[in-house]
Amino acid sequence: MYKIVKKTRLCGNVCEYVVEAPHAARRAQPGQFIILRVDENGERIPLTICDYDAVKGTVTVLVQEVGYSTKLLAQIPEGGRIADFVGPLGNPTDLSEYNNIVLVGGGIGTAVIYPQAKRLQAEGKAADVIVGARTKELIMYEKEFRAAARDLYLTTDDGSYVRKGFVTDVLRERIEAGANYDCVFAVGPMPMMRAVCKLTENYGIKTVVSMNTIMVDGTGMCGGCRLTEDGKIRYACVDGPEFDGHKIDWDEAMNRSRVYRAQEQAHLCRLTGEKR
Amino acid sequence: MAIERKERHKIPEQAPEVRRSNFEEVCTGFDLETAKAEATRCLQCKNAPCRSGCPVAVRIPEFIKALAAGNVAEAGAIVKSTNSLPSVCGRVCPQESQCEKFCVRAKMEGPVAIGGLERFVGDYMLNEPTVQSKTKANKRVAVVGSGPAGLTCASELASYGAEVTVYEAFHKPGGVLVYGIPEFRLPKKLVQAEIDKLAEKGVKFELNCVIGKSITVEELLAENDAVFLGNGAGLPMFMGIPGENLNGVLSANEYLTRVNLMKAYDPESPTPVLRGKNVCVIGAGNVAMDAARTALRLGANVKIVYRRSRTEMPARAEEIHHAEQEGIEFELLTNPIQMTGQDGWVTGLTCVRMQLGEPDAGGRRRPIEVPNSQFSIACDTVIVALGTSPNPLARTFGVALNPKGTIVVDEDMMTDQAGVYAGGDAVTGAATVILAMGAGRKASKAIAARLGLTDGE
Repeated sequence: MYKIVKKTRLCGNVCEYVVEAPHAARRAQPGQFIILRVDENGERIPLTICDYDAVKGTVTVLVQEVGYSTKLLAQIPEGGRIADFVGPLGNPTDLSEYNNIVLVGGGIGTAVIYPQAKRLQAEGKAADVIVGARTKELIMYEKEFRAAARDLYLTTDDGSYVRKGFVTDVLRERIEAGANYDCVFAVGPMPMMRAVCKLTENYGIKTVVSMNTIMVDGTGMCGGCRLTEDGKIRYACVDGPEFDGHKIDWDEAMNRSRVYRAQEQAHLCRLTGEKR
Repeated sequence: MAIERKERHKIPEQAPEVRRSNFEEVCTGFDLETAKAEATRCLQCKNAPCRSGCPVAVRIPEFIKALAAGNVAEAGAIVKSTNSLPSVCGRVCPQESQCEKFCVRAKMEGPVAIGGLERFVGDYMLNEPTVQSKTKANKRVAVVGSGPAGLTCASELASYGAEVTVYEAFHKPGGVLVYGIPEFRLPKKLVQAEIDKLAEKGVKFELNCVIGKSITVEELLAENDAVFLGNGAGLPMFMGIPGENLNGVLSANEYLTRVNLMKAYDPESPTPVLRGKNVCVIGAGNVAMDAARTALRLGANVKIVYRRSRTEMPARAEEIHHAEQEGIEFELLTNPIQMTGQDGWVTGLTCVRMQLGEPDAGGRRRPIEVPNSQFSIACDTVIVALGTSPNPLARTFGVALNPKGTIVVDEDMMTDQAGVYAGGDAVTGAATVILAMGAGRKASKAIAARLGLTDGE
């Protein structure tokens, strides 16, 4: 069992969990992910690591309550325990060859770019950070990014905070204004990452994305996470999770992310008691 | 001297029309009387040809003799002296191409049901007290992977007196025995019982621990006197044909893991699984049969699509027979060339007919496309069961790999790193449970010798 040592509700349906998991914590790196199960019969949920402390043996993940298992997790209080927690899985991010980086986070993906921002700052090449959310209360980690980013740009879809617009609007303006980025690192929902890639392709700027695909084991056994990069089959769990966003077959990736949607919806109703 | 004819006893099974809609075990096994009667069919050949067909050289005539005399515990002790998991092997070994193939009675009225007898004895032993290992030798061994290779290696080393810790990436130990082989062929409570036996022997299990990620092999070696890598096979193979990434197309590994390990056969399980109406399974090995028969039990009409003929099908004879009995159709000499779809979901398999030409390097006749034979099969799910390629995680182990990515070992199963051994699918590529167990056993002997645990055996 793995103890939730700290649980913080960051906004509407997103909680931050700090979990005691020494095996996962001791070698964790930005960009990697973990898989957890809430209880004995639980489903395996892959989540990108958003912080870690090798000394305390903890890993921090952000979870948006969207389906049965994530809502079930939300019912476990601080101090409670979950059945399984395995990691770190996948490959760490490697942005070593770039010097003027912009990190773009959408929704829950904001959590994933935070360790990158910290690391780049520590390496003496603090990045610009663009964070977007649907509305004001969904903006996360503002204070943390203020401390870690070179410049922080916030935007909301509905204009309820700072400005109205998508992350791509801000990114376009920054590029047009001569920001001269040599790498864009974008994490968020697939439609957002795809839109970022479409934009940066026009400018010929290298764009790295983190693919949150369907997976079971996370160690290269099931093949559920496969996607097409540059015409070749790749596995998000062992080849990724980060890929060259300009080479991803986005239509296919987005289609594949919907494979179990109907069943997940049906199962969610067991928890909420909702009739469909 | 003429040998008296004695007919082979049939192992009782659930009727096909009943079992095709449940996940309970197909074979129900011999009772004591039938097991004893079957045991009397053994001719007690001095040269024991059956043993030469067994990768772990079970002392077959000896255990059968004890069983025939009604000494089941003695029979069990004999089997267990070379086979750590008899209840598993009795169910999943391809006996027809191993021990039973060499039985003198095979050429007459049928071989002694060695598998069925091993199963009977193995099940009996699960209820017997665990034999405690020798005094602890203060030698530590880390075993990576809790599949057949790892469990065997761990069990043997524990018997030699080593302190063994098994590291498993999944949340449950057992490897392919729990994620791959379905309940109706190998009940999971039985695998758990075997693992409980190991725990009673003092073997420790560290779950949720991915070696190469959570802990490196180098770190394991620093804290142990030896390491055994039994991490199994890896990435599922796909055909590389158009349409293969459509929704509804998945690997047998994914399908079986969802159903077996994640219990998706139970509608109460939060893990989803595709419940197709018309399922095509590509391939004809044991994994293909398992996937096909699982899909059938989840309510599908199932076709096995295989590019060679019946004779070349790699699955155990019993699995093919059972699949046929249960109503699975076989599209043999049929090769898919494309998967077609609508709205992102697979709707059909475009195939060509094949004929068999000259034997290839492996001795199997090579399938050749029949001109103008294209046709399609309508389906909503395609399960690809074409084997696996080595797991790329092995690259993080720091041991030499061959160009294909499998781990290189010497005749003692040792890698190029002193003290690091390997065996099973990680070394051979996808193979059988018993071959992996044979490798685990061989490695355990070499490790025991290296650590001075063998008392000059």
